[in-house]
Amino acid sequence: MNDNLVDIRNARLSFFTPAGEVKALNDVSLFVREGEVLGIVGESGSGKSVTAYSLMGLTAHPGRLIGGDLHFNGHHINIMTERELRKMRGNEVSIIFQDPMTSLNPVYTIGNQITEVILLHTDKTKKEAYERARELLQLVGINEPERRLKQYPHELSGGMRQRVMIAIALACEPKLLIADEPTTALDVTIQAQILELMMDLKKKLGMAIILITHDLGVVAGTCDRIAVMYAGKVVECGSTDEIFYSPSHEYTKGLLQSVPNIYEKERKKLVPIEGAPVDMLNPPAGCPFAPRCHSCMKICLKQMPGYTNLSDTHYSACWLLDKAKFEKEGEARNG
Amino acid sequence: MLKYILKRVVLAALTIFLVATITFLLMNLVPGGPFVAEKSISEQAQQALNEKYGLDQPLIVQYKNYMKNILKGDFGLSLKQRGRTVTDIITSKFPVSARLGGLSVLTALLIGIPLGSVAALNRGKWIDSVIIVIATCGIAVPSFVLCTVGMYTFGVNLGWLPTFGLTTPLHYVLPIFSLSFYPTAYIARLMRSSMLDVIGQDYMRTARSKGLSQFISLFKHALRNAIMPVVTYVGPLLAYTLTGSFIVEKIFVIPGLGKEFISSISNRDYTLIMGTTIFLATLIILMNMLVDIVYKLVDPRIKLK
Repeated sequence: MNDNLVDIRNARLSFFTPAGEVKALNDVSLFVREGEVLGIVGESGSGKSVTAYSLMGLTAHPGRLIGGDLHFNGHHINIMTERELRKMRGNEVSIIFQDPMTSLNPVYTIGNQITEVILLHTDKTKKEAYERARELLQLVGINEPERRLKQYPHELSGGMRQRVMIAIALACEPKLLIADEPTTALDVTIQAQILELMMDLKKKLGMAIILITHDLGVVAGTCDRIAVMYAGKVVECGSTDEIFYSPSHEYTKGLLQSVPNIYEKERKKLVPIEGAPVDMLNPPAGCPFAPRCHSCMKICLKQMPGYTNLSDTHYSACWLLDKAKFEKEGEARNG
Repeated sequence: MLKYILKRVVLAALTIFLVATITFLLMNLVPGGPFVAEKSISEQAQQALNEKYGLDQPLIVQYKNYMKNILKGDFGLSLKQRGRTVTDIITSKFPVSARLGGLSVLTALLIGIPLGSVAALNRGKWIDSVIIVIATCGIAVPSFVLCTVGMYTFGVNLGWLPTFGLTTPLHYVLPIFSLSFYPTAYIARLMRSSMLDVIGQDYMRTARSKGLSQFISLFKHALRNAIMPVVTYVGPLLAYTLTGSFIVEKIFVIPGLGKEFISSISNRDYTLIMGTTIFLATLIILMNMLVDIVYKLVDPRIKLK
């Protein structure tokens, strides 16, 4: 054991669907230190959200954790009962979701939905909880909190609702905030505001954040470290600078090339990653990215590469980095 | 709110007026009359009766007189039940039907809502299939079959339950069973599908992520959202069930309004037909208004205009 806030080791999680087993998480290892912001990037279905949900014990049926260990804040998630998990959820770890329009219950007031979580996890009286809810709304930058508490979700704008979601998530001052695509459903200007708010609150409250997104622009300015996921695996992980300035995995490189840059003088054509995401029901035998990779070698199709450490913080799973194996392959080709 | 209610009341009055007019015309279009019977009465006697009740006058005059009277709250004398006013009949029979109907609707709600919810929460499992089968049967089997089968098994063969009248609480069991089976099944089906819809909603995921127990997140967050279709259905259901069912009242020999309603038609008891129709129409309008208000209470997004 080390003292990381989150420590996920070799997590394997599968959805047992009628069509067959879908390996949503295939040997995922990640850690988050206290007060750190980890970005998880990857395309739809790469296992970003599943990783986060499994950390809260919220894996949806028919998903099941079939291997690995999940540690959070001294808890061993694997062996926790539902009752213990409930005590932890909303209290030590909270989550905000992608769509604030549908994530709040339409038939209860904002005040009701914020105080609910406070009353559940603390000994506060109704009055104190209400007072706390008012503070929280102020904290997330909502004006006239007194009036807002009495309003219903449909009376608030999208950005406002996401602020309310953040208020609910932070109500019990969690150690970890999971933000699952928190800005995807919002206007670009509102996106920036919400991200700024989150970073501001992180400074004030000191919690760690896992920021899940498929938007590299979002992680660039906010995260300390980034994990890139593809087909249920972490293919590359490093500090934000390392990922942006010296990406080593072909998938990461591809992602970076497909980001538009407004500072570029000349208009470069965006380079898309060709091919389609992996069919998770029948994943390829070797590296899952191999079929779409420009530098694919024979071994890539047969065997999954292990991690190569590029620095203390930076590691990547690609045969190209595995010098020894790479040379052997070269010899085999020449010989 | 006040403006809304006022508007609804005006509309209701208009609707009732139209219902009364149309019923009056249709009723008089149907051949026969209250004093035409197999046992032919003498010409003079018929003439005398028609004169007494004003049926010898032109239709338009009859209509005017009737409307004038009901505005004064006078629904007239029953043409067939000698000496009883229509108001009298309705006020004496309605409470009987209403008590039975009210209890039946309550039963349907108390069984249908949990049944539908349980089915939704166990979607695809055996218990869901069992509930679906029961609900489908409930919708397919007509009430007279339920009445007679219930009567035969529990009343005649087993001798557990009385088969007619409404004197003791036990007397209520079979009629309530027959009356509530269909609505129970219908409510269970409504509840199952709306519950399935609601438990897939994002806010249910939020509720779980807050650390709420399954029970609370279902009771607080799901039920209130899932109950809307049931509210819609229960309004008119109440109106129809409170005014009594002809079949159930006939089979179990219950002195209720449902029987009066049907027999008044075959008897051509013009004043009673008008009275019961207007009463039912008013009740339906009232229940729909009630549904709208309950709607607003359950879902704040609904605006009453």
